[in-house]
Amino acid sequence: MAARKPYEPPVQSVAGQIVDAVLMLVLVVFTLYLPLLFKLAGGGTTVTETANPTWDALGQNPAMAGQWEKLGFTPEKAASIIGTRFDYSFNWTAVALTAIIIVAYFVFMFRYSDREYREVIAEHFDDPPKA
Amino acid sequence: MTTIQPVAEPRSVPSPAVAPLAGAGASPAHTPPAEGKRVALLRVLGPGHVWALGVGIVLVGEFMGWNFAVGKGGAVAALAACWLAGILYTCVAMIDSEITSTVAAAGGQYAQAKHIIGPLAAFNVGLYLVMAYTMLEVSNAIVAGDLIEAFAQSLGLEGAVDKRAFMVLTVVALAFLNYRGVLATLTLNLVITAAAFAAIVVLFVATQPWAPGAVLKHDDLLVGLPYGSLGILAAMHFGLWFYLGIEGTTQAAEEVRSPARALPLGTMTGMMTLLIAATLTWYVCSGLMPWEYLGQAVTPLYDAARLTGSRWLELALFLGTLFATVASANGCINDASRAWFAMGRDRYMPVWFGAVHPTYRTPYRAIVFFVPIAILFAVSTPLDQTITFSILSGLLGYTLMALSIMLFRRKWPLGTIQRGYVHPLHPLPALLLLGLCIVTYLAVFLGYGTQLLAMMAFYITASAWFVLHRYKYVRRGDQFTMPWPKPRGY
Repeated sequence: MAARKPYEPPVQSVAGQIVDAVLMLVLVVFTLYLPLLFKLAGGGTTVTETANPTWDALGQNPAMAGQWEKLGFTPEKAASIIGTRFDYSFNWTAVALTAIIIVAYFVFMFRYSDREYREVIAEHFDDPPKA
Repeated sequence: MTTIQPVAEPRSVPSPAVAPLAGAGASPAHTPPAEGKRVALLRVLGPGHVWALGVGIVLVGEFMGWNFAVGKGGAVAALAACWLAGILYTCVAMIDSEITSTVAAAGGQYAQAKHIIGPLAAFNVGLYLVMAYTMLEVSNAIVAGDLIEAFAQSLGLEGAVDKRAFMVLTVVALAFLNYRGVLATLTLNLVITAAAFAAIVVLFVATQPWAPGAVLKHDDLLVGLPYGSLGILAAMHFGLWFYLGIEGTTQAAEEVRSPARALPLGTMTGMMTLLIAATLTWYVCSGLMPWEYLGQAVTPLYDAARLTGSRWLELALFLGTLFATVASANGCINDASRAWFAMGRDRYMPVWFGAVHPTYRTPYRAIVFFVPIAILFAVSTPLDQTITFSILSGLLGYTLMALSIMLFRRKWPLGTIQRGYVHPLHPLPALLLLGLCIVTYLAVFLGYGTQLLAMMAFYITASAWFVLHRYKYVRRGDQFTMPWPKPRGY
């Protein structure tokens, strides 16, 4: 069987390398930072407001109230923390969509990696040693 | 400037992501080895070093971040998540010990993915490492800034300190140290990590756990499950933070005297240590703070010390938290830049990043590249979000690990290559790990679903870029360097 010729990659220009590097920074900013900046991602919460809050009205027993006060909180200051709760309501369509995206990502990654891996193995094991 | 060209690397030398550079105590990386001459790292580390490496990376997780699990499900749910995450990481440690003691190449999971799955997976694993470490570095900088501001307030200097200045200072100063070479700082890391661990133990003893009610008030402060059993599931999200990074022990694979013994022993004892430390931390904090406060605190152990009323304890935990965050951030810059450097050298990223500083022998371009990103996130994003990015990158890596071990056993069944360690009960740990990863994706979805999708958008777009553009620059045959027989099925 004739040995296949090892793949010789092209040389990337300096300008091309700079473009690639900047592209990665832009990708981080666009996909991860901007959603946070515009409050599109992050903790889905609900806030219950208590008028004229007291420790009792906020559901805090004397021991809890004592610890809050040691930490420098009054009932007014603590009310927003105590009244904030995660909103765990969800619909199954959103769960299914997210699951499909994750599974598709891994399936594609493994299938495409396998294709590339076959090239790697063929070149590594089948090629004659380099001179 | 000296750039390492992958073509100059002999095939017998695994791709070191970390070790050959200054700071790892290794051989020069900027001098290409003579053809056929194997450049090996010094094998000087024992199980104790592996233990210290793992615990040192992770310990900061006890000082901050874990407590967001309390916010997602209550204190009891956080304890359940702590133990469930402990099982997840025990599986990670078992699987990783087998693969690492066999693919004994520095660079850890990145080098493993290249040999077991393929280039696209390795590219993604490299990105997981970079993003997980960079976002952990950002989280550390945020905590350092908040901590200094809180301490200044405690001294009566309210309004005198701008925490953002300290966040920027942390990132820039540590990047500078890494730029100049980090051998001394990495050695110092071990010392200050030990001091940070001692601070946890001192706090635990000072709260008199043998006298319930004296200092710790669990009877009054524990309130069950405010979100019901769904809270236990949701708490798994931040439960991972107790242990995230223990798999970093694999970075030492080439420098361990006896990988077969030291890696599993060091990693597993590290896990046991962290399980104990995590439980102690939970016990102290849940006995001192109402769960609503604990669930959103930036510096929970420091706050716990303040609640004891002892200025000495407050100072000890201030220093402990500061040490842990600085040590962790320093290690993160070191590890993220090495992973990025390795990807540059393998041409997964522009080869420009594969340069080593001619004087300091550090991957200086990779170090500097992430400084603006780290500063941008540190000064303008909340801690729980940056921690979630770090956790998600780790989680994707663990999912890949569960699948990777199955491929590894299929491509090279037991007996076909020499393994340093064979983990028992295969495929049970892999299936359990996969199951717990799925649970954790659900946990992140609860409350942070859009962030999960944002992270997936990042990795999917990056993968498309690699497939459509970047892979053409990669030398195929150089991606496999282990002296193994051809894998089965190829």
